[in-house]
Amino acid sequence: MDPLVNWALELIRKTSTDLSPDVERWLRRAREEEAEGGTAWNVLDAMIRNVEMSREAGTPICQDTGLTTFFVQVPRGTDPEAIREALQQAIRLATQEGSLRPNSVHPITGKNTGDNLGVDLPHIEFEPSPDDGLVIDLLLKGGGSENTGAQYRLPDAGLKAGRDLEGVYRCVVDAVHHAQGHGCAPGILGVCIGGDRAGGYAGAKRQLLRPLDDTNPDPALAELEERLIRDCNRLGVGPMGFGGRTTVLAVKVGWKHRHPASFFVSIAYSCWADRHRRLEVRNGVGKVF
Amino acid sequence: MANEPLRLRMPVSEEVLRGLTIGQELLLSGTVVTARDMGHKFLVEAFRPDFADLLQGAFVYHCGPIMVREGEGWRVVSAGPTTSNREEPYQAEVIARYRIAGVIGKGGMGEKTSRALQQHGAVYLHAVGGAGTLLARRVRRVREVRMLQEFGVPEAFWVLEVEDFPVVVTMDARGGSLHREVLAASEARRKELLGL
Ligand code: SF4
Repeated sequence: MDPLVNWALELIRKTSTDLSPDVERWLRRAREEEAEGGTAWNVLDAMIRNVEMSREAGTPICQDTGLTTFFVQVPRGTDPEAIREALQQAIRLATQEGSLRPNSVHPITGKNTGDNLGVDLPHIEFEPSPDDGLVIDLLLKGGGSENTGAQYRLPDAGLKAGRDLEGVYRCVVDAVHHAQGHGCAPGILGVCIGGDRAGGYAGAKRQLLRPLDDTNPDPALAELEERLIRDCNRLGVGPMGFGGRTTVLAVKVGWKHRHPASFFVSIAYSCWADRHRRLEVRNGVGKVF
Repeated sequence: MANEPLRLRMPVSEEVLRGLTIGQELLLSGTVVTARDMGHKFLVEAFRPDFADLLQGAFVYHCGPIMVREGEGWRVVSAGPTTSNREEPYQAEVIARYRIAGVIGKGGMGEKTSRALQQHGAVYLHAVGGAGTLLARRVRRVREVRMLQEFGVPEAFWVLEVEDFPVVVTMDARGGSLHREVLAASEARRKELLGL
């Protein structure tokens, strides 16, 4: 068997069963913010204990293991089709062993393919690697959180939102309010300013790969992110929407050039179970981070 | 908000259910039956007499679990709640026809369901979304499964015996809804933040 299949299987397993350390740390911090023994505290505590149990037992953190999205950096001379086939094979195996729940259904008939494969599944975005390493980022995003995403078109009179950063701020606050607890709050938001409709959503999703403790290189966006975290938490939606101080854990904002006539603000909402991991293959050895 | 979770062992009387209020945390023990979209449709399309005994006094759990075969039986691997609102068109009828104690799910439900809860003395309980492993551990036994062939694993009716299953009452039999309250407060803050 292609060793890449094994490494990719390891990537899927780890993503599904072991939450990234930064997200776990943020959940712990959030728990400290809430009154011990109160409902918000208990909910965060259940999430954290669930993360620990899942890691120990090697079982999926959430039974909705989502749809599979891969971001692949392909080194020169490597055939992307071979990578696609290896990823498909790994998904098949991961589904068989229960690391993934079969989640690929026909849009009209609802028939489940049973192996998580299908048209545009897995979704893979290829780009050239800057060096000779093969880098594969995997994002598992559940249906409940995906349903809470939103796209705004500025200007938006109802929100008094113009085509500027203040307008973007207004869209995000509005989206978090509308999401309430439905995407399993506290959420992690990926935001993309600009792009076309499809590119905006794709860019927003990509923001979810950023480490939670990084700082946006653009000072204006860094400030916007801070302001959004603070103010979205003032909405009081709280963990699972039961009320509380923590409604979002992080907000990450990026941008793309846009058509002069369009100004989209796209928001990808990830649930607290923000499952993403990276596989790097260098010098013939694969390692999952 | 701090309150000791109330231990509730099923079957519970309608009186007890009517006494529950939103925000109350519970540790539930007894029978819960999973049902998602296909299950609800099935229960409402026609009255299913063979489900009447099973469902009466039990909780319907909106959940599509991950299960693995273990010898002759099954083991629950991951079993958190799924979004309840998809069942809004069916829920009131399931409550009325099968006399269930209530529903466990996530995200809350609409006015039609709320009216059915009031009418029949039932409650809506919210489990922690995403806590698949933790909640699976609170399943003591998989009693049986129905419609597995027809519906597949996530949609089948799994009859589970749970022990100290943690939930929060978010819709009660008096018409109260924690979802409505949190939404109203959040709407007020949204308007304030945006100067609307
Ligand atoms: S939103 Fe996330 S945590 Fe909640 S049920 Fe879906 S995948 Fe699980």
